Amino acid sequence: MKLRGKAWKFGDSISTDHIAPGRYFHLRSNLPELAKHVLEDARADFAAGVKPGDFIVAGWNFGLGSSREHAPTIIKLAGVSAVLARSFARIFFRNSINIGLPVITVDTSFIEEGDELEVDLGEGTVKDLTNGKEARFRPLSPQLLRILEDGGLIEHIKKHGDIVL
Amino acid sequence: MPGKTIAEKILSEKSGTDARAGDMVVARVDLAFAQDGTGPLAVRQIEKLGLDRVANPSSTIFFFDHAAPSPRKELSDDHIFMREFSARTGALVSEVGEGVCHQLVAEERAAPGMLIVGADSHTCTAGAFGAFATGMGSTDVAVAMATGKTWFRIPESFRIVLSGNFQKGVYAKDLILHIIGDIGADGADYKALEFSGNIKALDMESRLTVSNMAVEAGAKAGLFPSDEITKAYLAERGRGELFREIYPDPDAVYEKTLEYDLSKIEPTVSKPHTVDNTALAKELSDVRIHQVFIGTCTNGRLSDLRVAAEILRGKKVAPGVRLIIGPASREVYLRAMSEGILAALVRAGGLVLPPGCGPCVGVHQGVLGKGEVVLSTQNRNFVGRMGNPEGFIYLSSPATAAASALTGRITDPREVMK
Repeated sequence: MKLRGKAWKFGDSISTDHIAPGRYFHLRSNLPELAKHVLEDARADFAAGVKPGDFIVAGWNFGLGSSREHAPTIIKLAGVSAVLARSFARIFFRNSINIGLPVITVDTSFIEEGDELEVDLGEGTVKDLTNGKEARFRPLSPQLLRILEDGGLIEHIKKHGDIVL
Repeated sequence: MPGKTIAEKILSEKSGTDARAGDMVVARVDLAFAQDGTGPLAVRQIEKLGLDRVANPSSTIFFFDHAAPSPRKELSDDHIFMREFSARTGALVSEVGEGVCHQLVAEERAAPGMLIVGADSHTCTAGAFGAFATGMGSTDVAVAMATGKTWFRIPESFRIVLSGNFQKGVYAKDLILHIIGDIGADGADYKALEFSGNIKALDMESRLTVSNMAVEAGAKAGLFPSDEITKAYLAERGRGELFREIYPDPDAVYEKTLEYDLSKIEPTVSKPHTVDNTALAKELSDVRIHQVFIGTCTNGRLSDLRVAAEILRGKKVAPGVRLIIGPASREVYLRAMSEGILAALVRAGGLVLPPGCGPCVGVHQGVLGKGEVVLSTQNRNFVGRMGNPEGFIYLSSPATAAASALTGRITDPREVMK
């Protein structure tokens, strides 16, 4: 699967409170409305400016904190094609796979704000088309890649009738 | 083959495999729950599977604790949605006023060797019993509720060896904040923490505090072996028959071993805006505070409120400080009332919330104003956590929180516990 879009840069330790703030707790059953506030407390310009296909590019421990799946869900709803970070918090990583949002663990330091990126999930490559640099990452395990490619855990179970590792 | 860690033992048993760190397994789940922030999405995911049932209704629980009682009509409607699903499927509801999910799981459900998944990151609290308990998202928990199982990657484990005993004024919260400050907020990402050594220095409520915060180091679980303390707690709670011995094999393989001497730990505080940004309480005496919150799944238990009352009884909180008390469950509330703890705290200037998560999640009951500083016994201090990205959250033990409420600035409790 090849993805292409523009990079939005974030720092380290972006928490689920940054992504889906608690003050919008009452919007959790209204995800399109909640998505208007995605990452509001990290970058106020993100929700209004993000375009379908764009990438979130971050540092260490992206998505730390609560188990709220609403966090990766509204990132996906905002049109983001994948999150690239130096590392992910465990629950956010798992939630992302389960809802079909690609999460890529890779050294992101060579990517600048606004760069045009091309990501190949199966090959494990990130190409920065703006500065010509490239990085490789270890593709997801075959089990996780299958869940992701099925469109998340629910679609995976509907397709196979069970969890198939 | 070498021996197994607690995580490997429980997940092997529940998956019917000989599982080792790094393996992927599908395992049977003994208890699956969600709270009112994650439950509605879990129900919608079960419906997306085309199902209107749960595999084990008596082991499926929706806890209403984050917005309890509901401050908004949208959240009241979420409660209705979960009540109706539970009525149709036989799943259980823990109603508004019963308390925080993790405290209720500890009081009524958890036992050694269980596999527990909850749609709340602090589900790791039940690791205090020697249960493999871990937080997941709504979809994972929906699948566990609907099918009775889900997938796991077996974590590598860090062995944390404790020695010595706490000094007066130092508690389990100080220990876990110290450990997180030491290894970092992602220091144990994807790993299980397994405690050993002088664990008898920690009573059950202290172990719950420690396990609760394993996730703040990135860990999947915070596990204690079961022992006489576990056995006595279960017997006292009327489920002594669920006790079994859970311990690692002597030749189990650990990724890392860390040692902590409890006698060297001092009152510790996390500064804004990450839990691993720690300092000693005595180093922060120039930090003035506007609000103190003593409660939550981390430190809203009877022993926590008791310590706070001992410090505040017969005294008054400093002018300009709001003291908010949040008992973690109905039972904690009732026992604190009958022991005179709540009366002492209210006379000192405190106010008592209904059992639940209170202001910790930023939904209601103590939202910070611009530039305000809170010292809380909760487990997280991220930007915006308590409802305002322009607030500042410090974390501490109940003793440090109570001492600081008296002085109006962050205070080492040993200064007032003479």
